[in-house]
Order: sequence, then C-alpha cells, then structure tokens
Amino acid sequence: MQSLGPQRVYQRQLRRDPAPSRWQYRMQRLWLTPLFRTLFRVGLPVLVAGGVVGIYVADGARRAAFVQGYEDIKEKFQNRPEFMVGLISVEGASPELAEAVRAKAGLTLPASSFKLDLDLARQRIENLDAVASAELRVRPGGVLQIMITERVPVMVWRIDDRIEMLDETGHRVASLESRGDRADLPLVAGEGADRAAGEALEVLAAAQPILPRLRGLVRIGDRRWDLVLDRDQKIMLPEHNAVAALERLIALDRAEDVLARDLLTVDLRNEERPVLRLAQGAMTERRKAMGMEPSGSSDL
Amino acid sequence: MTDLYQSQRAMRNMRRAAMQRGVIAILDVGTSKIACLILRFDGPEKLREVDGVGPMAGQSQFRVIGAATTRSRGVRFGEISQMNETERAVRTAVQAAQKMANVRVDHVIACFSGAEPRSYGLAGEWELQDSVVTEQDVARVLASCDVPDIGPGREVLHAHPVNFALDHRTGLADPRGQIGNRLACDMHLLSVDGAVVQNLLYCIKRCDLELAGIASSAYVSGKSSLVEDEQELGAACIDMGGGSTGISIFMKKHMIYADTVRMGGDHVTSDISKGLQIPLSMAEKIKTKHGGVYATSMDDREMIETGGESGDWEKDRRQISRTELIGIMRPRVEEILEEVRIRLDGAGFDSLPSQSIVLTGGASQIPGLDGLAARILGPQVRLGRPLRVQGLPQAATGAAFASAVGLCLFAAHPQDEWWDFEIPSERYPARSIKRAFRWFKDNW
Repeated sequence: MQSLGPQRVYQRQLRRDPAPSRWQYRMQRLWLTPLFRTLFRVGLPVLVAGGVVGIYVADGARRAAFVQGYEDIKEKFQNRPEFMVGLISVEGASPELAEAVRAKAGLTLPASSFKLDLDLARQRIENLDAVASAELRVRPGGVLQIMITERVPVMVWRIDDRIEMLDETGHRVASLESRGDRADLPLVAGEGADRAAGEALEVLAAAQPILPRLRGLVRIGDRRWDLVLDRDQKIMLPEHNAVAALERLIALDRAEDVLARDLLTVDLRNEERPVLRLAQGAMTERRKAMGMEPSGSSDL
Repeated sequence: MTDLYQSQRAMRNMRRAAMQRGVIAILDVGTSKIACLILRFDGPEKLREVDGVGPMAGQSQFRVIGAATTRSRGVRFGEISQMNETERAVRTAVQAAQKMANVRVDHVIACFSGAEPRSYGLAGEWELQDSVVTEQDVARVLASCDVPDIGPGREVLHAHPVNFALDHRTGLADPRGQIGNRLACDMHLLSVDGAVVQNLLYCIKRCDLELAGIASSAYVSGKSSLVEDEQELGAACIDMGGGSTGISIFMKKHMIYADTVRMGGDHVTSDISKGLQIPLSMAEKIKTKHGGVYATSMDDREMIETGGESGDWEKDRRQISRTELIGIMRPRVEEILEEVRIRLDGAGFDSLPSQSIVLTGGASQIPGLDGLAARILGPQVRLGRPLRVQGLPQAATGAAFASAVGLCLFAAHPQDEWWDFEIPSERYPARSIKRAFRWFKDNW
C-alpha cells in the first residue's frame, strides 16, 4: 500500500548553461578594455573622494567650523605645559647688559615655545651695541637661554664732546661719563676714528716703547693718524705704511733719543724725508751753536 | 563577384589592423567543439632555439596567450544550424580564452568545415605588352581567368594562384621582372555555400567581434599537419572531424583541391548509441575509451559496462565485448574512408607524383585507423599532428586541434590570394580618381 503523503516531486534539474549571457559577456569585454579599467580603478575613486570633499566644503559654515576645530587642536597642543617657556636666563653678560637684553628681547612670558619668534628676538638683541652676538635656545624645563657674547671695549673715542668706547672692529660699545672711568684704555679722537680702529690698534701695538708718553691718537681728515705725546709733541704718520714709519721712528729714538729732544713735531708723512720741527728755544740754541746770530726772527 | 572581392579585401585590412594591435583571436567552429585561441604578435621574429621552434612557417612570430575549447552546440556537418546555440558556444569559448589571456580581442579569424566546398581549376592567359612582367601584368592575367559558373548563392572562399607560366616555362612562383611574351596562370578556386558563410558572419557579429579572415578548415588543417616536403611534393590531408571529414590536396605548397565528406566521428558515436541502446554521452565515452577498428581474440574477453540511467537494472547492467563495439564502429569508419577514396579518385590524386596521405582531426585518434586507412586509401598513410606553436597548452596540441593551429599559421602568414594582388587599371570603375592615378603611373 502506498503512503498517501505528499508525493515526491521529481523535478528535473535544469542543467546550468555554461555560456555567459550577452550582458555578462559584454561586461567582461568592457572590463578587459585597458582604458575602462584604468578609469574604473583610478578615476572613479578619485571622483568619489573629490565629490565627497567638494560637497562637504561647499558649505561656508562647515568650512569655518573645520578651520576652527583645527585651530583649537593646534592651540591646545601648543599650550601644553611641556612647551611653555616661563624664564629667561641671560648668560655671558654683565648685570646691566642682562637687564637691557631682557627688555630688548620683548618677549611676554609665559608663552608657548611655538609662538616665540627667536630669530626676531635675536635680531633685536644684536641691535644692542654692547652685544657682539647672541644665541637663543629653548632649554627643557621651560627656560629660554640667551647666550650673549659682549663686545670688549679696546679704546676710548672722543668725538664732539661725547666719549664712547669702541671694540676692535670699531663698533660702539657704550658711552662713558668721563675719560677717567676707563683710564686703562687708549684714547683716540677725530672724525672716522671708529672706521680705522684696526689700524689704530696696530699703531698702538707698534708704539709700545713710547706708550708711557702717549696721550692718544688723532685721526686727521679721516685719512691718517697723528700720535700725540706729552709735552705737546706730535708724530704725524703717513696715510700708508703708518706702522712701518712709526717703527723706524722708534728705532731712531732708541738710537739717538730723538723724542726726548725739544721737538714739536716729527713729520713722517713723506717717507723719503722725515721732518722735525724744533721748539723755539731749541731752534735758538741750535743757531747759537752753529754760530749764527739770532736774527729778527727770534720772536717766532 | 566584386562585392566578395571587396569584403575579402576589407578582411585583409582588418587582419593587418589586428596584427598592428598585436592581438587576434582564432575561432575554429567545428561540429563537436568550438576552439578559441588568442594570439599575441610580438612583431618581427624572435627566435628562441631552446624551444625547438624554427622559423619555417612563421609560427615563431606569435605566441598563444589564451586557449579555450567548449562543446559545440547547434552545429551540424560543420554548418551552423541553430544560431542562438552556436552564438552562446562561441561566447563561452571567447570569454574563457579572453579570461586566460587577460586581454580583450576584437578581431577574429574563423574557419569552418562544412558548406559543401567545391574546387575549380582556372586558367588565364595574357599577352605581355612589353616583354617584362610587371605587377599590372600579373593582375591582368589573374583577371583574365574565366570564372566558371559556381552556382547560385555560392561564394568564393579561397582563390590561390597556384602556378605561373611564361611562354614555355612553367612552375614559376613569382614571374615579376622576367622576360617573355605570354603569361599564363593557373588558379585554384574554392567556392562554398554563401548562406553558411553569412550565418557564421552574423553569429560572430552577434558576439561583438569583427571577422578578420575566413578559411576552410580542410585547407588550414593541411597547412598545419603536412610537413614542408609533403606540401611540396604532393600529399592529401584528411581532417576527420566530428560532423564532416575534410580533404585537401597540396602540391608545390599550394592547395589544389579541397572537398568535404559529410560524415565524421559523431556518426560513429550515433551508430554506437543506436546499436547498443545507450545515451549519446555514454556512447562517446565508450568510443573514446575502448574504440578501435581491428578486433582480436583478446577483445572478445574485454567486457565493457554500458551503464545507463534508465532505472531498469537489467538494462543498466548490460555488458558488451569490445569486439561488438568494433563491429559497430568499423563499418562506419570504412564508409567514411571509402567516401574519401572516391573523392580523391575523382580529384585525380592517383596521378600525383607522391601520394602520401595524412590523417588528422579528432576522429583520426581511433586506434588502428592508420592500418585500415592504408588498406583503403593507399600505402603511404600516416597520422598527423599539428605543428608546434609557442604557448599552446598541452591539451590543445592533439590532432583535434589541427585546424585551430593551422588557422594560427594562416593568421600569421596568409598565402597570397587573388584579392591580394593589384586590380588591373581598366577594371577600376570609370570616373575613379584611383583609375586616373593608376593611368598616370602606368604611362609615365
């Protein structure tokens, strides 16, 4: 007896057609086209990404919010305590100069190290006459270290009833109230003496033997140097080869004791022919010694 | 005939364009399978001796980069009988080959075996105006061949100039520049049923492909299976396919005769199926596994399970001996070979200097066939396999792919056909600028 349950349905399985459909075939051929492939794999993602960004950016408020958010994050990061600078330490400067440097740097502390314009501060500090060079560095622990190389004054310059100190390059270092404040430094005077400071130093070095008698150097016509000694003696150096001329004079002095004589001027301007000008008394004596009658010119 | 001329020329141009692009597809539309190969042309010959591939037939110029084969549907006797089914099969093969090659092909060269090819021998003569043979003279002598009535609805598939003769010297391959008075030529013309070609064209067009050439499979399998001296001295190639058996006779490297017997391996299969009352697929399986044409006493004891899915135990458990199988197969194979014999006799194959016969095609793989063929066709029979080409998968190197491989050679190096020569200037349509140009070129 057969069961009366549901009959098993014999459904012939349709065999799958191995052939691709027309559309499948065409799509595969399209996909194998190099241009289409490149467009699909590069062009389409770029287009979609560009479109999304474009739509987002098209709204002004969103753009502003985005910029604001970026700024906030940047601010927050820069203001972290690790980056804050609270102290300035000045090294290599006298206390007065250090004060001036602090004032001149013009930094409002505490500030984030991202916001410190160290280059500008350095330029400002180097504008100080007494500072040869400055080096600024943010040290860990929030310290801004300013390392100063001071200018070293090597001479005193008297000009137009001002008294300045100059360094070896002739740059002004500071002003002085009176010459006596820095009696240890040699004195120079005259227009353009600062520009010829190097030559002045060479001349001074050459004049070492007569240094106790030296009162100072005078720049004449921004061209050449005069050495002024005590007893109103004056040594006029040539424009060129001043040091050599001076050395010759000193050698002469050593041999013949020239400068100890009653001279007014030693004129070395002409290398061929140094000229001495005697004082009035010495001139008279000389004439007498030579047996010449003192003439009417004795009142000269 | 002019429109065929135009379409053949257009196909040649298409082929040149495809060669320039570097990729071309080969489509062998057979009765039992459709094979698609994709060739890449790498420009001039790059010989690689290590592969054992010589330059002889130009097959080192290209490389097979994609190969696919699928069971053919809707093709009978090498002709398309159901367009939709065939189109699907072509799509399957082309898609799989494209997938393997990872490249898109637009141009395809196709071959088919059916359409009742008929061979004609044509002869033409031309008195030379000045004694040197020029290209125009060649064109004129080709044009002077009197075309036979090939019948209504038939088209010319191949038209090879086989031989040129100048005065009394014959056997010239290229008469240009030679001196004589009378130029004569022999041409071999192969006509096929136009409707079949139109069907194939339409089918390929439906697959978004462009036809860059069309060939008879008998011709191309002869190109691939006959070795060079066989082609030179004279040989026949029997391409035993599924639905039809192609015959082509070669002489001096030119095909001089082609024909088709509308019987093939599928008929053997259907005989087995009918004789043993088993499904066609089972019959095909038994045929390929146990088939043969010579029975020995050993075969009486070799029993073959026929199987079946009828649900009837008695029917499904039947066994047959191999002798019975051979007894079914042999008459049909003999019939095919007899038919081939008749065609060869009709073509005058007996009078050729060399009468070697090469069997190729899928159905030529029946064991013992060469012995049977030697008894029917003549003593010089061998089994042929197609030439080796670069990159062809191992599975596609068998005799069944003779026409596909031959088509590759055809794509790389087509023989000069009638439409590859110049058109004589007086055949140009009147008022053509080309004609005026040609007249100037000829007269100055």
